[in-house]
Amino acid sequence: MASPTDAPSAFAALKGTYKGVLKISLMLAATYLVAQSLSSWLPAADYRQFFGLSNRTTVWIVAELHLMFAAFVLGVPIFAVITELVGAVTKEKRYDDLAKEFTRLLAMAYTLTAVLGCVLLVLFVVLYPKLTGYLSGLFKPTWLVYLVLIFGEVIIAYLYWYSWDLLQGPRKKWHLLLGLLVNLWGTALLFVADIWVTFMMSPAGIDDAGKLTSLWAAINNPTWMPINIHRLLANVAFGGSIAAAYGAVRFLNAKTDEERARFDWMGYIGSFIAIAAFIPLPFAGYWLGREIYQFSQQMGVSMMGGSFAWLWILQAMLIGSLFLASNFYLWLGMGRIPGAERYVKFQIPMMILLTIGFIVWATPRSIIASGAEMSAMGGSHHPFLGLFGVMAAKNTAVNLMILTTFFSFMLYRRGNRVATVSWAAAGKIAQALAIAAAAGVVLGYGIYSYYVPSNIRIGFSVYQVSAVLAAMAVFVAIDIPLLKGAKEIGAIRWGQIPARAQYALFFLAISFTWLMGLMGYIRSGIRQYWHIYGRVADESVNAYTMTHGHATIIVSIITVIFFLLVSVVFWMASRNDPREAAK
Amino acid sequence: MQRWTLHIAVALWLSVLFGLKLGVRPPMPASVLMIYMTLTTIGILVFVAANEERFQAFLAPLKAVFAGRAPKAAQIAVLAGIPLLAGWGAWLRTAPSLDAPFEPRVVHPEPPTSFSSHGKRIDAATLKNPLRAAQEKNPAELEKLTQQGKTIYYQNCFFCHGDALAGDGHFANAFSPIPANFRDVGTISMLQESFVYWRVATGGPGLPKGATPWLSAMPVWQNFLSEDEIWKAILYIYAGSGSTPRTWDEEGGHEKH
Ligand code: HEC
Repeated sequence: MASPTDAPSAFAALKGTYKGVLKISLMLAATYLVAQSLSSWLPAADYRQFFGLSNRTTVWIVAELHLMFAAFVLGVPIFAVITELVGAVTKEKRYDDLAKEFTRLLAMAYTLTAVLGCVLLVLFVVLYPKLTGYLSGLFKPTWLVYLVLIFGEVIIAYLYWYSWDLLQGPRKKWHLLLGLLVNLWGTALLFVADIWVTFMMSPAGIDDAGKLTSLWAAINNPTWMPINIHRLLANVAFGGSIAAAYGAVRFLNAKTDEERARFDWMGYIGSFIAIAAFIPLPFAGYWLGREIYQFSQQMGVSMMGGSFAWLWILQAMLIGSLFLASNFYLWLGMGRIPGAERYVKFQIPMMILLTIGFIVWATPRSIIASGAEMSAMGGSHHPFLGLFGVMAAKNTAVNLMILTTFFSFMLYRRGNRVATVSWAAAGKIAQALAIAAAAGVVLGYGIYSYYVPSNIRIGFSVYQVSAVLAAMAVFVAIDIPLLKGAKEIGAIRWGQIPARAQYALFFLAISFTWLMGLMGYIRSGIRQYWHIYGRVADESVNAYTMTHGHATIIVSIITVIFFLLVSVVFWMASRNDPREAAK
Repeated sequence: MQRWTLHIAVALWLSVLFGLKLGVRPPMPASVLMIYMTLTTIGILVFVAANEERFQAFLAPLKAVFAGRAPKAAQIAVLAGIPLLAGWGAWLRTAPSLDAPFEPRVVHPEPPTSFSSHGKRIDAATLKNPLRAAQEKNPAELEKLTQQGKTIYYQNCFFCHGDALAGDGHFANAFSPIPANFRDVGTISMLQESFVYWRVATGGPGLPKGATPWLSAMPVWQNFLSEDEIWKAILYIYAGSGSTPRTWDEEGGHEKH
């Protein structure tokens, strides 16, 4: 796909879009033909296999890869448009360039998403003919909507990209409108696709014979909205982290200081978006978990307390590492901000808090102990570690870690600035009090929750979160006027950051990807031997829960394949870079 | 100060290690110590590497040793120390031990969709404590049922689950796993009553395969108690331990108290 800078004309924009539509139409037509001919040619069966490959693993890998690319192409436009809007409002060209840089990544990724989606569709029809037949029968109208949405998305997204240089200056608002439409369409696509997934987890709107009684009830099943929101946020976090990784690749390969500065900044913005979207994610996850428990205690218990509980330890490890990595990145970044030396002293207490928080967060509820250790503890329960194993301690720890990371970011923000307003001292004290108060509320409720029954305790996490959010809001509300007209100690030396900071960005991207794969496995795995939970049983040889070792290896394989494919996207994108081509 | 970064880091690491090993009673299992020390190591390293000056100061003595600039004694200590430590680690891993092997354990195994009790099939999803109904209409009646539950508890459960419902009855230490501590926020207070009924009615043998190895000594109470008696005992273990069963409608905001 050529760059819009080649010829910023309406004709070129339409031609590019036309090609995109043609491509997707051909792809869909081919998919239809292949699926049709395969299913009429193959002998009738409920399940089929491919050259001895497990049908479950095949579908799993392709579905997860499709989902990852889809998450990327839905997440990136959200912040691309926001960045573009910032550029339009502040009239700073670099934001517009950055937004375009983000969007550049999309073009190739769209194609890959579509290819993977088509392969997935063929696999569904061929490997799971009976289940696919049942589901598509139930949800026929949504398939049609989906098809329309796909075409709409392709048309608008390509127009958005190709008209970038055409719709500049006074015409910018039309371009922003296109960007908004890309996102509305993308979100609708996501919501429709979620219908099928969530119906399989928490079916509704069908009678005992499996006949549809209410399409809307089936669509608006208990887990639909929670998954929609959870995925929407996760897409932004994920997209941001991948965009940051792209910045890191370009930074490490940069030949000039100008390039280094540009991609250092891109990596920073990408990681900022990732972390900002990541912070509310646990709350969305909590809502989802609640709905799952409420829908089926069995599913809820096997997710959190039963066989899948161990995977949450891995999740805790990854999330804790994400916090460490983002603080690491910010602190290294402060090295390129003149004046930020003033705040280095805060790093010791912050690191101690983060490490202790991480330790609490990662303490397993069910402890692995040998016989001798067990008898020393007087049972499988350690009186002291047991305190850390429960959700109350973990909520407290994670809230404090969020608060610390937020504080890091605020220090970073004021790195090279000295407030000049007359009330600066009072303002800073108020900010410190806000943080301290939130930390006090979080800790206080954390400790108090050991003394109350669970249905009251659960409400506490809401207070803790609210305190943290409120402190953040107060802090920022004071910060903006406080730093108005602040004296600048010196300009940020973009590009002058040690290379290891870029590896933190890779770490962020890889952890997000792996985490997504893992959480996806848990979500899908807790259905155990059901295709559609409680309604349609899995009657294939794969109706068992695999060992955690096996499952995590598959998640790792998916992550590796994803990054191989992403490398192709990155490579195409840097090849399309006009500045690169000029050389 | 900066000059001593490496030394301080090593000293800190060692003091955390010994603090956790010697300071925590009863001693924590090796698996947990391993997690804690890994995180401590990561925390220290990330902190050191997060600032260029600090990082260079940290590396300087190492560079001096490997470039042959450091005093002979330091060079010998490092060059001999690393293989010796590795060897010691290898010994610790391979030395024969008389310890019983690790037993991964799941705290709350997933309940079945339905189970049989007193010769009937019971649907776990819709099961409710029939005696709870008295709660709103007639608190005195609930109190009476709870008192009867207390008697049942002392006749049947007390030996294992203890006088204070803390899982520390007379027999408790003979079992692995030990009986559940009902005062612990992680046991019955996070479970719905239907789950508890399932556990009491079907006991250790009723645990699903996925949750093994359990070897639970919890008896199959449907063989000894009637449905009513089990529900009464459940009323008592909640009331007696000062907890309430998990319910979802209450958390949804339709508070009943
Ligand atoms: C022989 C000893 C013994 C007796 C008697 C006994 N239990 Fe247990 N109980 C256990 C053990 C051991 C466990 C922990 C292992 C398990 O969960 O199976 C347990 C677990 C439980 C649990 C599960 C708690 C959780 O958090 O999952 C409940 C509920 C319970 N017991 C209730 C009772 C009641 C009610 C009685 C009396 C009617 C009773 N027990 C009598 C040994 C006993």
